[in-house]
Amino acid sequence: MHPFRYVAAGSIDEAVAVLREHGARARPLAGGTDILAQLRAGRFELDALVDVKGVPEASALRLGRDGLDIGAAVPCYRIYEDPDVSAAYPGIVDAASLIGGIQIQSRATIGGNLCNAAPSADSIGPLIVHAAAVTLAGPAGTRTVPVDSFCTAPGRTVLGEDELAVSIHVPRPPARFGAAYERFIPRNEMDIAVVGVACAVVLDRSGERIESARIALASVGPTPIVAAKAAASLVGGPPSADAFRAAGEVAADEASPIDDMRGTIGHRRDLVRVLTRRTLERAVQRASGGTASGNTGRGTR
Amino acid sequence: MTQAPLPKAHVRCQLNGQPVEFLADQHMSLLEVLREVLDLTGTKEGCNDGNCGACTVSMDGRIVDSCLVLAPEVDGRTIETIEGMAPPGGLHPLQRSFLEEAALQCGICTPGFLISAKALLEREPDADEHRIRHWLAGNLCRCTGYDKIVRAVLRAETAMAPKAAAGRTRRKKSA
Amino acid sequence: MTSKTGSKKSESKKTGAERKFRVVGTRPIRHDGWDKVLGRAVFGADIKLPGLVHGAVLRSPYAHARIVKIDLSKAEAAPGVLAVMTGADMPIAASKVLDLGEEVTNAVFASDRVMARTKAVYKGHPVAAVAAVDHNVALEALRLIEVSYEVLPHVVTIEQAMAPGAPLVHDDLVGSDIGERVEHTNVADHIRYEVGDPEAAFAEAATIVELECRVSRAHQGYIEPQNATALWHQDGKLTVWTSTQGSFSQRNSLSSVLMMPASSIKVVPMEIGGGFGGKIGIYLEPLAAILSRKCGHPVKLVMERRDVFDATGPGPGGIIRVKMGVDAHGVITAATADIRYGAGAYPGASINPAAVCVFACYRVPNARIDAYDVVINLSKTAAYRAPGSPQASFATETVVDEICRRIGMDPAEFRLLNATRGGDRRTDGPTFPRIGNVETVEAIRGSAHYRAKLGRASSPTKKRGRGMASGYWQGIGNKSTVTINVNNDGVVSLIEGSADIGGTRTSIAMQAAEILGIAAEDVHPAVVDTDSIGYTDLTAGSRTTYATGAAAIQAAEQVVEEMKKRAALVWETDEANVRFADGVFTNGAAKNQHLTFKELCGKLDTTGGHVSTTGVVNIRGSGGGSFATHLVDVEVDTDTGKVEILRYTAAQDAGKAVHPAYVEGQMEGGAVQGIGWALNEEYVVGDDGVMQNATFLDYRMPTSLDVPMIDTIIVEVPNERHPFGVRGIGETCIVPPMPAISNALRDALGVRLTELPMKPGRIMAALQAQAGP
Repeated sequence: MHPFRYVAAGSIDEAVAVLREHGARARPLAGGTDILAQLRAGRFELDALVDVKGVPEASALRLGRDGLDIGAAVPCYRIYEDPDVSAAYPGIVDAASLIGGIQIQSRATIGGNLCNAAPSADSIGPLIVHAAAVTLAGPAGTRTVPVDSFCTAPGRTVLGEDELAVSIHVPRPPARFGAAYERFIPRNEMDIAVVGVACAVVLDRSGERIESARIALASVGPTPIVAAKAAASLVGGPPSADAFRAAGEVAADEASPIDDMRGTIGHRRDLVRVLTRRTLERAVQRASGGTASGNTGRGTR
Repeated sequence: MTQAPLPKAHVRCQLNGQPVEFLADQHMSLLEVLREVLDLTGTKEGCNDGNCGACTVSMDGRIVDSCLVLAPEVDGRTIETIEGMAPPGGLHPLQRSFLEEAALQCGICTPGFLISAKALLEREPDADEHRIRHWLAGNLCRCTGYDKIVRAVLRAETAMAPKAAAGRTRRKKSA
Repeated sequence: MTSKTGSKKSESKKTGAERKFRVVGTRPIRHDGWDKVLGRAVFGADIKLPGLVHGAVLRSPYAHARIVKIDLSKAEAAPGVLAVMTGADMPIAASKVLDLGEEVTNAVFASDRVMARTKAVYKGHPVAAVAAVDHNVALEALRLIEVSYEVLPHVVTIEQAMAPGAPLVHDDLVGSDIGERVEHTNVADHIRYEVGDPEAAFAEAATIVELECRVSRAHQGYIEPQNATALWHQDGKLTVWTSTQGSFSQRNSLSSVLMMPASSIKVVPMEIGGGFGGKIGIYLEPLAAILSRKCGHPVKLVMERRDVFDATGPGPGGIIRVKMGVDAHGVITAATADIRYGAGAYPGASINPAAVCVFACYRVPNARIDAYDVVINLSKTAAYRAPGSPQASFATETVVDEICRRIGMDPAEFRLLNATRGGDRRTDGPTFPRIGNVETVEAIRGSAHYRAKLGRASSPTKKRGRGMASGYWQGIGNKSTVTINVNNDGVVSLIEGSADIGGTRTSIAMQAAEILGIAAEDVHPAVVDTDSIGYTDLTAGSRTTYATGAAAIQAAEQVVEEMKKRAALVWETDEANVRFADGVFTNGAAKNQHLTFKELCGKLDTTGGHVSTTGVVNIRGSGGGSFATHLVDVEVDTDTGKVEILRYTAAQDAGKAVHPAYVEGQMEGGAVQGIGWALNEEYVVGDDGVMQNATFLDYRMPTSLDVPMIDTIIVEVPNERHPFGVRGIGETCIVPPMPAISNALRDALGVRLTELPMKPGRIMAALQAQAGP
């Protein structure tokens, strides 16, 4: 591995200064679970890694009135072990609790998962359906980008060479909101999503009509796909099995999967249908006040 | 190799209960430091990319793959490795139960499993079979098929249960 | 996943006359256990030596490419670099067959495989290596080596390699087609076994089933990567520290490849982190040796995981067609098999054992077996647990299941009707001695699992099924040496040359303890280097507990004989009066004269000095081999194609289980490896000839969450060739899982999966094909 400098940044400015100095040859380091493996595999080389775990804004997990702020360097376990966060942000907790295994969850971050921008990333879909936005910091100050327009291609994002993700803001969900994320993997743990589906729904007061819905798909396109038509098909209708099935069909059309070593186009479309249905069922249950979030190692995974 | 070599990182941490100070290349992993710099070869390398768990150590009380931690990151941290697991002259109850249940064959994955299982039992002394399997999924074993490993962890739970509970129904963990 | 837990005792089925055992059959703590749970055991990569330096290997990025030029100048000039080598530094090996026990190769191929000279024939083929002051300096120096390649067309499938006009992996390979010499071919060997007249028998069969099965190549998946440390001494001798299944076979290979006398090489076997057949051949050892010769330091090389997948030997993939006919009563009348294995870049894909095993479970009066060893541009395959048997048996056992369905016969009844027994001829020729084939089927038929209902699926989209399959591995005997040194305190030291991969120090020590009438703990086993013990074949072929155990028994019996002489001296009686039983020497000619083994040890110095004996065996064959029958319940999600293993029972003949916990451990581990091969493990090779899933993330071996407890039934039909009846049991257990799961899926879904792995996408495609357009 090409030797690099390790810089522990204590502030956003310090981190940005190192990124400016090295340009594309420096990257931020959060959990390191992707970038260290990629460096060792020779995917690219760097002259500096900037550890942002000491940057206060990046390491804070704050649940406030206006929503949840997840510092970009907050490891997964802090999210799913927080009972208040678990109750309010079930879709995100689903993802945080199934990335890697326990060891990986001690280190891996949602911010890193987002910036790594793998089409299969487990957390991006849930962030999208939770309407999250990411705050980026660079030499010119900060800017905020909705997560659904953050990824541009496999491994590519809108992030500039001298920018870093500082934190992710997830708005406080409205009443009667439910979200869920499920993925399909051949094993039961330690695997990459063949397909992942995140759904969020808001029910009306009666609980018998879907007021709004969002659906995002993982591993079926170069970036996470927002299945807008599938979501729109649900709005105004009842949260019924038929509606979920129909939404699954539409979502399968919105997916643009490829054949690769992890799955075929046909199998992936099948899985989009199935997981959309199942995820909607869980999201609606949660909107109605049922079922806890998180990965217990049971279920579709 | 035209540029001057980078200075080494100077790191201080707690390792197996003792203060330790070392110099390491900035790009080195904690795993490399343990094995190459500190001569603690009980922590094993199986894949070097976080997918086998053979290099599992405890960092500030949480298990991590030491191949995915950079040496300078452990400055000020508390690390526990397999070498620090047993009391002097003895064995940790998990180490004993692994021997009694024949839970190792080749033994290369064993240190990682022991560190992971210890962390589980410290949090959830009553973990059931499913929970044990879920927790240990980040540790690969190719010899045993996991059967005897899971039994060994269950056996250690019994051995580690508070003496007061012996002979009575064991305390159920509150939800 | 609901399995019974708590302390485990496997069921045990005993057959035949029993010797009373005191130590054999108990479950002592293994002798090397403390070091292994404390992190003290020294595995290959753990070694430290004065002056140790580190190396790295540059590997071909292409599956097939001519090496036009290698420029080492920049690497050689880099600070910290101590030595650089290429194929030009390798001696030209003389053609010589290397029979490594479970693996047979030619020294020329072994040499070319470890370092390419003129062309790379697989992705990951070493083309240069560097020794440097530390590992990262060596890795960085690799990037300074400039290699120009002329990329050649490659063949990575059996079909590609056998197609007319296919690119040749080796221009000069001379193949054999049933003894006929063939030039310009990728088919290194075609062998045939024939008995009776299968065509005539098929013509009269009541029912015939034929299936073509495809099996992916699969990696052993040991967690410890290959490693080697070598010191080329100034006096021309060589010491190699390595994780190997056989230090002596390693020494033989090195002798042939480095062109130096075996006696000048000392191989020190380190603790070994799994092998399953994959750590028999040489990989890094010759490179470490040559680098050491060039730089004067001991050099350590450790493979990266990617290289382990790319460049070591997994088990071969294959295409296997089996046809079987039965008469109106369900009795097998004929069977044929066409077995084609992809050997990788050099010949030697275990086709002969495949032919031995393919019909070994059944009486087949009329049979023909054709087997082809096909070279392709992937790394050379190696032994993998019962090498050759699982792939071929997958076809046989799925065909048997289809026949049972076709004729409406219970699969256990069919097996009992057709099972081979002692005295039957194995299809490839030999006659079986006493074997436990029938008994494993009976054990499964009598198990709680077999009688239990399958139960209702956990959701409407899920379906359940049950499957059974049998399997065989013949095992080997061969050479072993054990020395026993008797200490004055009653403890004996047992010196052996067998690498201990899964508790064999203990299973061998227990056999000595049994003879000596002492506790297992009073035998201190040590695995030593090739200069310190007599020749011992490798830990493979299910031979170690069997053959090295027999050597230990022989050495222990010699100790008893010598000790009887000492007791006679103590009692001033005739040696013939001294009896030995249950660890106590008694004087048959006098009352109340007895000495325990330990007491007599205390008198050795006054009766002629220490006692040291050596047992030397060279056993022909395994004594019949080991049979197994497995039963599995699965639940399939028909929405996704995902399979859950609900319940698993494995029955296997161990002859006599020396340490039952480690016998169970082999059965459990083999079953789970088989489950992995059945459901997910495969080499995904791209059009470029490169394996795409060369990580533990994407080469999906089972995790603890993917499998249930594995119930085991140890069947004990004594092996006539071992004093205690012991059979080798390490390998057969990987044979039945794949067909058992295919049979269970057939039961659950009504479709037959004939291609491994039976991954979710493949199951969904089969279901959709069944449903029709």
